[in-house]
Amino acid sequence: MSEEVEETKTPEEASTEEQKPEMDDKVISPEKAQEAELKARYPNLGSKPGGSDLLRKRLQKGQKYFDSGDYNMAKAKMKNKQLPTAAAEKTEITGDHIPTPQDLPQRKTSLVASKLAG
Amino acid sequence: MAGAGGGSNDVQWCFSQVKGAIDDDVAEADIISTVEFNHSGELLATGDKGGRVVIFQQEQETKGQPHSRGEYNVYSTFQSHEPEFDYLKSLEIEEKINKIRWLPQKNAAQFLLSTNDKTIKLWKISERDKRPEGYNLKEEDGRYRDPSTVTTLRVPVFRPMDLMVEASPRRVFANAHTYHINSISVNSDYETYLSADDLRINLWHLEITDRSFNIVDIKPANMEELTEVITAAEFHPNQCNTLVYSSSKGTIRLCDMRAAALCDKHSKLFEEPEDPSNRSFFSEIISSISDVKFSHNGRYMMTRDYLSVKIWDLNMENRPVETYQVHEYLRSKLCSLYENDCIFDKFECCWNGNDSVVMTGSYNNFFRMFERGHRRDLTLEASRESSKPRAVLKPRKVCAGGKRKKDEISVDSLDFNKKILHTAWHPQDNIIAVATTNNLYIFQDKMN
Repeated sequence: MSEEVEETKTPEEASTEEQKPEMDDKVISPEKAQEAELKARYPNLGSKPGGSDLLRKRLQKGQKYFDSGDYNMAKAKMKNKQLPTAAAEKTEITGDHIPTPQDLPQRKTSLVASKLAG
Repeated sequence: MAGAGGGSNDVQWCFSQVKGAIDDDVAEADIISTVEFNHSGELLATGDKGGRVVIFQQEQETKGQPHSRGEYNVYSTFQSHEPEFDYLKSLEIEEKINKIRWLPQKNAAQFLLSTNDKTIKLWKISERDKRPEGYNLKEEDGRYRDPSTVTTLRVPVFRPMDLMVEASPRRVFANAHTYHINSISVNSDYETYLSADDLRINLWHLEITDRSFNIVDIKPANMEELTEVITAAEFHPNQCNTLVYSSSKGTIRLCDMRAAALCDKHSKLFEEPEDPSNRSFFSEIISSISDVKFSHNGRYMMTRDYLSVKIWDLNMENRPVETYQVHEYLRSKLCSLYENDCIFDKFECCWNGNDSVVMTGSYNNFFRMFERGHRRDLTLEASRESSKPRAVLKPRKVCAGGKRKKDEISVDSLDFNKKILHTAWHPQDNIIAVATTNNLYIFQDKMN
């Protein structure tokens, strides 16, 4: 376990010293080096990472729709893409008399079965 | 790797089975979201993002195959949850199964709890292998006979039929969570269970669906003051009054329900002190605990944060007794892991049957085992390449830097889309279930 940690530190130290000569001579932990890199890419990033913004985003996970109509339209679009065409039903029973629940064939699931069960 | 009580060299892990499609084009619905053995290990349940549950059953061991334990075959599959729409918030409620927990078996049927973000359901899985035949008023296909054609009477008899496994929802526990449910846990009293969301934990009775008790509430009066959320919760395995919950800040609180009706005040707070000089932007994010699990004997608990697995003695709050690095080499990749959101991946962890080994997943379809007594660790891979029947898995090694040895994989070659978040260990035997994105791998120890 300790071997792994040493391996991580050595190349990082080496790269820090070689590739970023403008940094301090003192050893920077890999985590802090990563933080510096992030701040360099996103200078507007707030200093409180675990704070309200991140948590609030987590609490409200899920896609927001304008209303239920918007949601149902989006679902319909997805269904057209994903579902395979259903096989033609055998319709021996309907047509000549009013079917009773016992007459009708078993209800087929409208959703595709899991591939783990295949 | 200790199984029934052997030394560290005993266990060699072999491929046993893989379930799921081979093609790389993964539909979102097929992403596995939870894996759980039942209390005997005979049944293995998986839940997926499409709201479906698939249950596998272990074959009875046959004398003819002494080299392997029974295979797991599909026993039942059903649609547990469907997508819903929250009209008040205009948000979709995903059908993804977040957790499955089995109830201990009380009679011939099996029961499990499955939950999505908002609703928990109790499912009964029962077998039917006989059916009544010889009705007087009904034909065999179910159509009713004209009563005037009936001239004799007979007594219907039960005749054997092909085994049919039926799953039916027995209870629906809804409308108790404003936030997203992350955990459910059955109490050792076998009567109650808890459900936890980001800010609250509720206590339910398995028979009662129209009310639940709130036992933990960490919602601040002003949401601007929110600093942490609940990430996981579990009941103690044999003390029915004790539960723990973990937070996004890396702390674990143990609550005793005997102390008060509302357990906002913890009985114990487990937190490892942090060196303030080491603190960085990422510190809090990577300290967030993604899973907490009690040991089977109830003396320890294990927590998983982004880079490590920690084992805590319930009698010692100020630091863990053991810490294992899962993939320390990722510490120098945190910036890119933050950018691609991988830093928020929630890995689970599990104990083996006698609490001597713990297991957790990583990236590149690697998973790690830590042998507690011998302080040994092992990295294995769940891949189609090492999927020959009873093939022994080759240990893997990640090269963090410097010279890469043959057979080692460099950190930059790791596939971060191949993550193993969910693993499960059979309660008694050395059989493990490892879920990749859309496949379920079952590995067993080599039986000589």
